[in-house]
Amino acid sequence: MKIAVCLKRVPDTTTKIVIGADGVSIDETGVKFVPNPYDEYAIEAAISLKETAGTGEAVVYSLGGDAAQETMRTALAMGMDRGVLLQAPGSPDGLVIAKAFAAELEDQGFDLVLFGKMAVDDYNHQVGPMTAELLALPCITAVAHLDVTDGTITADREIEGALESSTCTLPAVLTCEKGLNTPRLPKLKGIMAAKKKPLEVKPVDLDGGGLEVVSLELPPDRPPGRIVGEGADAVPDLVNLLRTEAKAL
Amino acid sequence: MTSILAVTEQRDGVLRKVSLETLAAARQLADAMNGGGATVDAVVFGEGDVKGADELGGYGADRIQTANHAEFARYAPDGQAAVLEVLGRSADAIVFAATATGRDLAPRVAARLGVACATDVTAFGVEDGKLVATRPVYAGKALQKVRLTASPAVLSIRPNTFPATEVAKAGAIESVSIPEFSRRVTVTGTKAPEGGVLDVAEAPIVVSGGRGLKEPANFRLLEELAAALGNAAVGASRAVVDAGWRDHAAQVGQTGKTVSPGLYVAVGISGAIQHLAGMRTAKVIVAINKDKDAPIFKVADYGIVGDLFEVVPRLTEEVKKLRE
Ligand SMILES: Cc1cc2nc3c(=O)[nH]c(=O)nc-3n(C[C@H](O)[C@H](O)[C@H](O)COP(=O)(O)OP(=O)(O)OC[C@H]3O[C@@H](n4cnc5c(N)ncnc54)[C@H](O)[C@@H]3O)c2cc1C
Ligand SMILES: Nc1ncnc2c1ncn2[C@@H]1O[C@H](COP(=O)(O)O)[C@@H](O)[C@H]1O
Repeated sequence: MKIAVCLKRVPDTTTKIVIGADGVSIDETGVKFVPNPYDEYAIEAAISLKETAGTGEAVVYSLGGDAAQETMRTALAMGMDRGVLLQAPGSPDGLVIAKAFAAELEDQGFDLVLFGKMAVDDYNHQVGPMTAELLALPCITAVAHLDVTDGTITADREIEGALESSTCTLPAVLTCEKGLNTPRLPKLKGIMAAKKKPLEVKPVDLDGGGLEVVSLELPPDRPPGRIVGEGADAVPDLVNLLRTEAKAL
Repeated sequence: MTSILAVTEQRDGVLRKVSLETLAAARQLADAMNGGGATVDAVVFGEGDVKGADELGGYGADRIQTANHAEFARYAPDGQAAVLEVLGRSADAIVFAATATGRDLAPRVAARLGVACATDVTAFGVEDGKLVATRPVYAGKALQKVRLTASPAVLSIRPNTFPATEVAKAGAIESVSIPEFSRRVTVTGTKAPEGGVLDVAEAPIVVSGGRGLKEPANFRLLEELAAALGNAAVGASRAVVDAGWRDHAAQVGQTGKTVSPGLYVAVGISGAIQHLAGMRTAKVIVAINKDKDAPIFKVADYGIVGDLFEVVPRLTEEVKKLRE
């Protein structure tokens, strides 16, 4: 089984956001970067599917600056075999990234291309299904349960108030939802081995895309709230405020 | 002539309520673009008639375009993307809801049309004929404004942010011819999970519980409160989802759902930054926590410091009285 995973380097989820001097991106000073949490489910799925198959290759891809290499090493330490960094500056829009991945992955004979459901920085939910369309491959998004048997995929995804089951054949593109599996932690041996695994850097030219970031701002502060009172005795006051002041009941 | 497509959703042959929000956003866009001359076309996918589709004219649809196909009884990503690809070529914008379906379908259509896509839009305007959309990024810790320079502009709107609006328009029904498409993915069915059909991402009221509930069975208290409130869904913090007390579908936060209900009640939840990420855009936030320094009180409009096992039953009782 030959599997590709697209892994994005993103700010840690606890990061306090400070707007950068350009007014369209964040100030990265002191920000800790981690693998996108949803992509870790993709990595775990790739490694365990390859293990089950007994043969094959699991390749991690990323698009971005050189700093992404460190994040990719984490994936190699978890057990991915090799990495390819599509080196490009800036933060291109989803379609531009998808075009670069599609051009790179085409004709490489992957059985599966895995993505995260979304990147926790841009919340786009796009690159996976866009890449699939460009490659004319079947695609199931936000997969929470997965079975791959004899070249056929059955997958469940969460929709509002239900689970939706789908099926398709390999080769295919999947995007991974939390709950799909429990990503393994890199072991010391893996970390040592990762240092020697191949990580190819390929500069790519990207077009300008169709989404121009006009501004990035902090959200308006919520107006300060108040403690209505203590214990169950405060409940009537709360209900009254919700009804008359907030008009929420 | 300018036209805006509003992509509706149905389940089991019944139009989903969120579609009226999609339509409201499309109407708002049509009125803002080109001096208000644009028409709004609601696209309805189904096997046959979809219940509620004929009422879309009352919510701002100039035309109702029905795309009927045996496979459209269920969600059919490849076929529906093919239909929208054709319709989209002559549209100026395509509006989806940022639901499980819309998030799946919008990028497919955008990729086929070779245009960018703005996900989870909470507000927009039109500047120099181009759509400028506001969308929360970094888990709601920042708001990004993006200009969609290509045409058509493809966007998905966040549920519960564009209220359904009654605007009487013609609502003329036309049927769409279905292009040839190759089906790559087959949706074989849906199964209902535990915990009812109202999803936290779409419910007008969400009552969420955290580790303060002590054990899974105590979520009964929140279910009772939700039932008393009506139209409410029960959400959860990640701590209790990871502990297996509640289904992941109910998780609110950075790695769960982002919710914008009219009322959010956080019970026994500390208010970690990743939880706040998922609910800070709620219109009104109530927190019940025994720790007066819990960070949840910083975002709450109204707080009660106290033992949830005393406060919540009382709240349920008072709400019931009010509802009588
Ligand atoms: C990458 C990443 C992603 C994450 N994503 C999410 C996410 O999507 N959603 C999310 O929720 N978290 C997320 N988290 C976890 C988050 O950091 C917190 O650990 C979690 O939200 C805590 O859950 P809690 O509030 O239920 O538990 P706790 O923090 O343990 O809080 C329990 C609260 O209950 C109160 N309490 C206890 N007993 C009572 C009582 N009898 N009456 C009243 N109050 C009481 C306590 O005072 C306390 O404030 C994420 C973390 C990481 C690292
Ligand atoms: N720059 C990138 N490098 C590698 N993978 C990416 C990149 N951007 C997006 N992805 C992948 O696409 C998924 C969805 O991202 P997004 O569409 O940005 O929400 C992520 O979970 C990654 O798997």
